[in-house]
Amino acid sequence: MLLLPESAMLLLSVVFLFLSLKGGKGATFFWARAMALAGFVVSLAALSGEGSLFYGAYRVDLFSQIFKLLLSAGYCFVVFMFGSDEEVEGAYLPDFFMFLSFSTLGLMMMASSVELISIVISLEISSFSLYAIVPLRKSQTKLQLEASVKYLFFGAISTGVMLFGMGYLYGMAESTFLTDIVRALPEFILQPVGILALTLTMIGFFFKLSLFPMHFWAPDIYEGASNTTTTFIATVPKIAAVALLIRIAMLTPSLPPQLAGILIFLAALSMTAGNLAGLVQKDVKRLLAYSGIAHAGYLMLGIISLGSGGGASAIFYITIYLFMNLAGFYVITLLSKNGGNVMVDDLAGLSKRSPLLALTLAVSAFALAGIPPTGGFTGKFFLFVSAFKEGYLAIVIIGAVNTVISIFYYLNLVRMSYSKEPGDYPPVLLLFHEKAICYALIFMILYMGLVPFGLLERFSGAF
Amino acid sequence: MEKYLIMNPLDFPILSTIIFLPLLGIALILFMRGEGAVKVTALITSIATLFLSLVLYSHFDPQTPLFQFGESLSWIPRYRISYTLGIDGITILLIVLTALITPACVLCSWRAITDRVKEFMICVLLMETAMIGVFCSLDFILFYIFWEAMLIPMYLLIAVWGGPQRDYASIKFFIYTLFGSPFLLVAIIALYLVNGTFSIPEAMFRNYPFHFQVWVFLAFAIAFAIKVPMFPFHTWLPAAHTEAPTAGSVLLASILLKMGTYGFLRFALPITPAASFAFAPYVIALSVIAIVYGGFVCLSQTDMKKLIAYSSVAHMGFVTLGIFTFTQIGFEGAMLQMINHGITTGALFLSVGIVYERTHSREIYDNSGLGRIMPVYVGFFGLFAISSFGFPGTNNFVGELYVLASAFAWSRSAGFLAVAGAVLAAAYMLRLLKAITWGREDKRALTDMNLREVITLLPLGVFVLWIGFFPRPLVRIMESTLLHLLRQLQGFTH
Repeated sequence: MLLLPESAMLLLSVVFLFLSLKGGKGATFFWARAMALAGFVVSLAALSGEGSLFYGAYRVDLFSQIFKLLLSAGYCFVVFMFGSDEEVEGAYLPDFFMFLSFSTLGLMMMASSVELISIVISLEISSFSLYAIVPLRKSQTKLQLEASVKYLFFGAISTGVMLFGMGYLYGMAESTFLTDIVRALPEFILQPVGILALTLTMIGFFFKLSLFPMHFWAPDIYEGASNTTTTFIATVPKIAAVALLIRIAMLTPSLPPQLAGILIFLAALSMTAGNLAGLVQKDVKRLLAYSGIAHAGYLMLGIISLGSGGGASAIFYITIYLFMNLAGFYVITLLSKNGGNVMVDDLAGLSKRSPLLALTLAVSAFALAGIPPTGGFTGKFFLFVSAFKEGYLAIVIIGAVNTVISIFYYLNLVRMSYSKEPGDYPPVLLLFHEKAICYALIFMILYMGLVPFGLLERFSGAF
Repeated sequence: MEKYLIMNPLDFPILSTIIFLPLLGIALILFMRGEGAVKVTALITSIATLFLSLVLYSHFDPQTPLFQFGESLSWIPRYRISYTLGIDGITILLIVLTALITPACVLCSWRAITDRVKEFMICVLLMETAMIGVFCSLDFILFYIFWEAMLIPMYLLIAVWGGPQRDYASIKFFIYTLFGSPFLLVAIIALYLVNGTFSIPEAMFRNYPFHFQVWVFLAFAIAFAIKVPMFPFHTWLPAAHTEAPTAGSVLLASILLKMGTYGFLRFALPITPAASFAFAPYVIALSVIAIVYGGFVCLSQTDMKKLIAYSSVAHMGFVTLGIFTFTQIGFEGAMLQMINHGITTGALFLSVGIVYERTHSREIYDNSGLGRIMPVYVGFFGLFAISSFGFPGTNNFVGELYVLASAFAWSRSAGFLAVAGAVLAAAYMLRLLKAITWGREDKRALTDMNLREVITLLPLGVFVLWIGFFPRPLVRIMESTLLHLLRQLQGFTH
């Protein structure tokens, strides 16, 4: 019973495994959507599960269940958003869904793993599935092949570095269980080996989160992978990465100043590098990749201030991050003809071609920039308060200044769609369910901005 | 809670109703199809808001310096953020001003806006909600949300319905005014960590360490100085004012510029009194520079909207000058000037909009020589123009007199320069008025103002003369609040 969300996702993967053997797409989309929705409902029902499995290597608690719910919500949205025949070869559609579900399964397992080897295994389940779907794109160029090779190499290197760090952790604690490591770590935490072990272990998740200096893959993979694949890579794995970073940061009751210094330094560089590079992007997906790098920096504010409610702030932020990115990517997916990439200039006059899409994009952009009354502001605000309470004033100010830098390129998206003329771009007609998804995303972004207390209390309860 | 907030005596939450009534109008507009119905709904909504604000005014108790009509609900209990509203002698006037200006904005766009009328009216009403919300909020986060939320509809007003350079102007407006906000947010969080609450009144008049006050004051000052705009931060204003549609210019000039000075009065002075006092000479110097510089720049303008925009820089200089003299008469003068500038400059922008609809030009030359062609128009324009430079008998005269008196009390040279600025104002305004009335001889086929336009301007004209001859009621409303503020400040600065 405890493994309900995981079992649902596993079942989904197996069903698509058999469908892929059969060949032909048939009603693939319909079944994928129905089952993804069922998976979400199951995760919702399993929210209050509590228990420990596999000799304590796998813990089911509110913390992990919240993350599983977020993961399945993200997965569900991605499946619903994917509806174009132009993105992936028809013959590979069941395979595509299979890998997507396998990846989500791995991420769900990550959220519950409290033992180093199970963490690595679940991380690899999710990563290998993603390596396989990045090249699955119907396109004339070879861009997606380059992207998949890059993704594979970067992923392999970061896993290697992470394993190196975990080796040190094992060496210190003589156990792979996080509970044992917590007990052993205080002895070593002020020595270089303790700092090194924790930092290197975190690097594996910095890769998933695309935090500086493990961010180099993001723009190329975003550009090369198909729109739906990018939507998934940009949102869902980052949720699990936050879960694991919080778990690792919780290994020490309070972060030693050296480790906090390293993390703050990386966060500051990530924000600044991401936002500055974002200023000059022409491809909307590349732009959102750099925006994601900057947001990874913001998220670190929560990780370094776990003692002051930073954990709940980080979960809140990754939740709103999920919704605002989904909204942004959905606009691209709907706009793109033949599954190609969308340039910033292609947004010209969007408010006349499709007012709803322009509104969705505007809400998403203002939320990414952190302007009230969107959830992007509330999330950033909670992060700033936590970090400030912990005494990290410098990073709060750097974050605030970065908000101003980033507004330029986010506003540019709004500007293109509202104050430019459409020229000869055709109007965009939306189907009923596409409109419904747009409204749902707008609602979630505004809801999290105006009525954040319920969610925040829930997230705080997980600690 | 009771020590600074008098709960709402009426049997319905009047402040919330005023704030969210425009949102109700938006909800109705969303389901409408015809343009006529949209306009009428927007007008009725804004007039209903005006009516409610007058009800508020009539129930306002001018004797007490406390916040009145209080409403308080817990919002995000974990961070002690609450939905707390309340008004005092400073904000009641600004709320009535906002409610008065918004119907004028709807009316002046009746014919001028032909493209996407529905979205336009939604933006105007969203602005009204956000602006009144800023003035009513007694919680930092609530305030900040309304404060930032103003940016989005204002940006859209300029970017979608603006003039030829709207793209540049709207981006500049947005980025410039957003630049100050993160500092404001950091200052708010710093105050929260000291006080343990986001309540604004609870942060006031506390004896914070001086260096803490200095940092908080500087963060406030950047955010508010950009909004005012004070001298070196004013460059967004001419671009935004000039390119915005008439309604946008009016909202910007009449209400948005007041946000900055309101911020100084509500936040900088009570929360960081010692730092405000220490920085006062610099602020006064910048104000005097703004007055004189604004006057000289106005002399060389050929674009009517740009001229009025730069005159706003000078006028807002008078307001900040009055505030930072720390005298009763200076505070009252600054408050009066905030209201007066809202009425007069708003009316001037409306007048430019009226003539622009006919000649499609904002150049002074294209619109000159109207004395014989549009006599009613020139009559109104003349009234607002002379009021703008403080002609005796008009509203600005009273306010400027108060401010100048306080400036002389502070420093003779500051007072002298401010007087010079006032003379410059007469020079550029009379130059404009002369050109508009007599500038050209040729006959052109222009129709005079119609009834709708007269109705738009008439209430503002009445206020110009009423405040000019009989300012006592206004002063009475704000008196005790400002006196209380001054007494509290004196306890900290001496």
